Amino acid sequence: MLLLAWSVKGIKMNDNSNRLNVALHLGDNALILGHRISEWCGHGPVLEQDIAMTNIALDLIGQAKMYFDYAAEIEGQGHDHDYFAYRRDVLDFKNLLLCEIPNGDFAYTIARQFYFDQWHFLLLTELSNSEDERLKEIAQKSLKEVTYHRRWSSEWVVRLGDGTPESKEKMQRAIDDTWYYSGEAFIPVDYENGILPIGLKDQWMKNVKEVIEEATLKMPTDEWMQEGGKTGNHTEHLGFILAEMQYLPRAYPDATW
Amino acid sequence: MTLLESKAWSVLSEIEDPEIPVISVVDLGIVRTVVEEEGILKVAITPTYSGCPATQVIEDSVVDALKAAHLEPFEVKTVLSPSWSTSMISESGKFKLKEYGIAPPADDSTDKMALMGEERQITCPNCGSKDTKMVSQFGSTPCKAHFKCKDCLEPFDYFKCL
Ligand SMILES: [Zn+2]
Repeated sequence: MLLLAWSVKGIKMNDNSNRLNVALHLGDNALILGHRISEWCGHGPVLEQDIAMTNIALDLIGQAKMYFDYAAEIEGQGHDHDYFAYRRDVLDFKNLLLCEIPNGDFAYTIARQFYFDQWHFLLLTELSNSEDERLKEIAQKSLKEVTYHRRWSSEWVVRLGDGTPESKEKMQRAIDDTWYYSGEAFIPVDYENGILPIGLKDQWMKNVKEVIEEATLKMPTDEWMQEGGKTGNHTEHLGFILAEMQYLPRAYPDATW
Repeated sequence: MTLLESKAWSVLSEIEDPEIPVISVVDLGIVRTVVEEEGILKVAITPTYSGCPATQVIEDSVVDALKAAHLEPFEVKTVLSPSWSTSMISESGKFKLKEYGIAPPADDSTDKMALMGEERQITCPNCGSKDTKMVSQFGSTPCKAHFKCKDCLEPFDYFKCL
């Protein structure tokens, strides 16, 4: 009897820890990419696009908050969303490497956003029917915003790709260089099992290819992909992001104004 | 509706949106439900955009207003589902937006069509012309897109559909 009780409890805890990791993975994607795009604030190529990027950053950071609130509930340790954003270190973060790579020039930022949005859109579409009620609610809410993001980044791929020789060259280089970070999303890790949808890659390839062709650019074909972010193995860039993002709450814990 | 509930609704309909101060949080559809349960007033509010910085301000104002009207005990909670959409903005809310110079959201399908790449027709809140052009689908706040009128040449905000 005792053994049985243990194993049942074991399964339940395991299930909860998977859900916690999924909530953190999704929240970390949104937070880190949101932070990255927010770095453009005041540096956008034109005012309208500066505003567009800060809006997208806001949406993503708001989405991160919803996932972290959920994570806090699953974890049950009395933490809040700020805890997950500000009191964890590099190894605890589970975002895709794609989200943390530097902004580069505007074309790099667009390429990164384009690959991410195309995946994010498909993911949230699927999660909008999730059996996990909370993930379903968050996905339904976020999907509306991400529909705008995806349109924005796709339009820019086309505008720059099918633009001047210089913009075309820069867009192609960005599409090629960031490509190696685009596939991690489709390589499942243990904690996703049964919670996140699988098999999104074919549709993603099809959608991405359509835009890249419309942009008169060449679709990358390399199949080797960088991975590790989902399990906490990050590039050297994440530590710098956290240093900036977490400085204040760590230097002045629980500061309010 | 109980007396307490109707009191609460009228208190809440006095709270202005912090970013568009001509429209109340009730007109905006942010206050989802007000229910009296066993003597406790339960108010459910919903965020417009996930990252809208006004959300916290609105929640605080709701709490303050209910306190000021001595409607304790009450609970204010945030609900995500069904997710907020511009169709939750009341007719009087849409009218107030237009008066304020913000083109109110067209019906849902207009923006869905636009998302498919078709042009949408938004009326200039300044002169009424339909000859307008989107400058950027992201505007001064998360809920707005940036337009300009080709007739009167004025730039204006459009409350985009969500
Ligand atoms: Zn006009």
